[in-house]
Amino acid sequence: MKRKPFAITLDPGSSLANHTGSWRTVRPEYVDRLPPCNHACPAGENIQGWLFHAEAGEYEQAWRVLTRDNPMPAVMGRVCYHPCETACNRGALDSCVGVNAIERFLGDEALRRGWKFEPPLSPTGKRVLVIGAGPSGLSAAYHLARLGHSVSIHEAGPLAGGMKRFGIPKYRLPRKVLDAEIQRIDDLGVKLQLHTKVTNVVETMRKGHFDAVFLAVGAHIAKRAYLPAGSAGKMLDAVSVLRSMEGGEKPLLGRRVVVYGGGNTALDVARTAKRLGADESIIVYRRTREKMPAHESELEEALQEGVLVKWLSTIKQAGESSITVEKMQLDEKGMAQPTGEFETLEADSVVLALGQDVDLSLLNGIPGLEIEDGVAKVGPDMMTGHPGIFAGGDMVQGQRTVTVGIGHGKLAARNIDAWLSGKTWEHPARHELATFAKLNTWYYSDAPKSQQPVLDMIRRQSTFEEVVGSFDQETAQFEARRCLSCGNCFECDNCYGVCPDNAVIKLGPGRRYEFNYDYCKGCGLCVSECPCGAIRTVPEEI
Amino acid sequence: MTYQPIRFYQTGTFTVGNRLLNEEQRSVQANMRRTNSLNSGHRACQGCGEALGARYAIDAAMEATHRQLVAANATGCLEVFSTPYPETSWQIPWIHSLFGNAAAVATGIAAAMRVKGRHDVRVVAQGGDGGTTDIGFGCLSGMFERNDDVLYICYDNEAYMNTGVQRSSATPPAARTNTTMPVGDTAGNAFGQGKNVPRIAMAHEIPYVATATVAELRDLEAKVRRAMEFHGARYIHILVPCPLGWGHGSAETIRMARLAKETGLFPVFEAEHGEVTSVSKIKRRMPVEEYLRPQTRFAHLFKDGGRPDVVARLQSMADRNISRYGLLDEEASS
Repeated sequence: MKRKPFAITLDPGSSLANHTGSWRTVRPEYVDRLPPCNHACPAGENIQGWLFHAEAGEYEQAWRVLTRDNPMPAVMGRVCYHPCETACNRGALDSCVGVNAIERFLGDEALRRGWKFEPPLSPTGKRVLVIGAGPSGLSAAYHLARLGHSVSIHEAGPLAGGMKRFGIPKYRLPRKVLDAEIQRIDDLGVKLQLHTKVTNVVETMRKGHFDAVFLAVGAHIAKRAYLPAGSAGKMLDAVSVLRSMEGGEKPLLGRRVVVYGGGNTALDVARTAKRLGADESIIVYRRTREKMPAHESELEEALQEGVLVKWLSTIKQAGESSITVEKMQLDEKGMAQPTGEFETLEADSVVLALGQDVDLSLLNGIPGLEIEDGVAKVGPDMMTGHPGIFAGGDMVQGQRTVTVGIGHGKLAARNIDAWLSGKTWEHPARHELATFAKLNTWYYSDAPKSQQPVLDMIRRQSTFEEVVGSFDQETAQFEARRCLSCGNCFECDNCYGVCPDNAVIKLGPGRRYEFNYDYCKGCGLCVSECPCGAIRTVPEEI
Repeated sequence: MTYQPIRFYQTGTFTVGNRLLNEEQRSVQANMRRTNSLNSGHRACQGCGEALGARYAIDAAMEATHRQLVAANATGCLEVFSTPYPETSWQIPWIHSLFGNAAAVATGIAAAMRVKGRHDVRVVAQGGDGGTTDIGFGCLSGMFERNDDVLYICYDNEAYMNTGVQRSSATPPAARTNTTMPVGDTAGNAFGQGKNVPRIAMAHEIPYVATATVAELRDLEAKVRRAMEFHGARYIHILVPCPLGWGHGSAETIRMARLAKETGLFPVFEAEHGEVTSVSKIKRRMPVEEYLRPQTRFAHLFKDGGRPDVVARLQSMADRNISRYGLLDEEASS
């Protein structure tokens, strides 16, 4: 027997013999919650996922995560109305993270460095026809091609891009960027046929031996309003004005242009008219600024450039060189009601921007396909009533934005892929939403939102140069690091540090943590001190 | 501030770790190979601030001394919950002194090391507020005036918690303890009593005095590191909330420490040779009520009409600290 010091009878032991985990009545658990940005993204991007890489300066990795959902970040980083930023929890702290600008930076970086998509999976032997090379058609083609399907796009127009090209002015989206991102989709082996208008879908499908079709022809027929036009002044529609900007001959709008409508398209036309040399570019809208469907940022930019808006007004009559507008007022329900007061505005041309309808002629004669409220009816799987024919984008029910189109394309591609192998695609279970209340924001340092550079006013009024500039590398990284990582562990080591019982095991970079339930007493400190709300407490079963 | 704030990272320097920082900029607690000087299996209550503060401080001291450290520990919660014979949670050379003589025992260890020529070994003495501000105060003051080469760390939970929450000279005014019950007009512990030991330590003009809380790990670690750069007597006073004695939830320990600092009730500063050299500024100033309300030891201040007069007196104490130490940024105070 080993001799012990005086008065010592027991060997020293470690407290590890004392499993304090038995005290616990509640246990902490690591969870992943759904960040509000991801939740809000119509294209279903894993925004927080790619910001995580951008924070570390791993831009290519960030771009690869981003393009799993959206093949055109340089375009979308310019034209998306970023509902993610509206939803961003940081907005309640100081101001939201500039997701859109970082997306644009990644997209531009990819074009600059020539990053390519990973090659498609092994060929499935299935053939899919996409009709229309707009946002949703291109998105569907991209996703289907990456899944190994053989994809052909039939586009009636002379160039691919759809509304991205024929609806969004150059000063918001330079064509070089659009062309480069379309080219990268082509490079996946997508067969793009321009000037190919499909008139009989079923026939084209049969002749081309296509196993499935995705209809994405958009909505490009301008809505008309009945306007008594006395001696026929110049009356145009917004879609054709914007479209003709892509051709050789610029539209002749005159010195005083009136645009009728309150959507983004109305602003696009008014800003275009200004750049074409109009002295006056006036929007006539029947309701108020608060009720305007156009985005605040676009309206702000238009006003800066000198576009005028006549609120609470409708056009009653259009004459040779003037129009008559009637003043409106809002009733209790917020609807515009006529007042009987009239006013005359001088106008060389009137452009109607009252929304667009779907060209339904293509849809007639497809057995089983139903039309509802002027759009094609699809199920949650994006399939029409005709088996194997899917549809998405502006020609189905939903918000008409480019981002929704990209999302429809992805969703349709997943469903087409499943349908082709006789299965149905199920949306993976969604995590619980990571609300602001779940965060411990004390840990986030103050950092103001970075601003993108903006073109000089004089050039904004006279040229079609891009208005908003890009982040440089440093700014993009700074902005990415403003992300709070809502609901998902970003390995800040707080739980590992704050546990008084040393009951959190750190697994190493990229591998997060584990609880040691032998010693965890269930105090909950890790839960309340987790900055991003990635730990929850659950009652212990006793 | 003795540590360099790293700006514009996702969470600045406020979190324990940060994957975006270089290894050398990370905290000791973020390290997978930290000492865990106070290991699992100890019998401290759920959410114990003292257990947390002790691991923070001693791990940092171990790091700063290349693991050549001996600790003397006064009687108190820390000793009782960590070392019920024959088990111990300590993974360092550690000796339990009496309640009142940890400073003297540490002085002896330092002397022994000097005699043995072990100049690499550093000595820490630690105790709770009772063992420091009351019972061990004579030994502590002696250690200070002789400038013995010891770092004394006081874990202040503002009462004798181990024996069932009795008042110490670190108990704040108006707090309810088992010996300062609010009765009639008396709202808990009396105003105008107690000791401010960090300032008493400064009055000895010893090389280094600092205060810290468990809510600011980086600040705490930097202060331990700084203390180990000096020889002679040093003193660090760490506020460690006690869920049992203060009557707050076990998950609220760090929040309480944070609020104590953000309200100004507990000034966080450091001093060298008797002069304050830096203060940790208040990030978001809050009224003392935010700090008092969640604690049942102050519940009598808010029950049945409450005692706004008492709360106002506590607020004026906080205000005095704020102006005395300059706890607000110029910008924030305007």
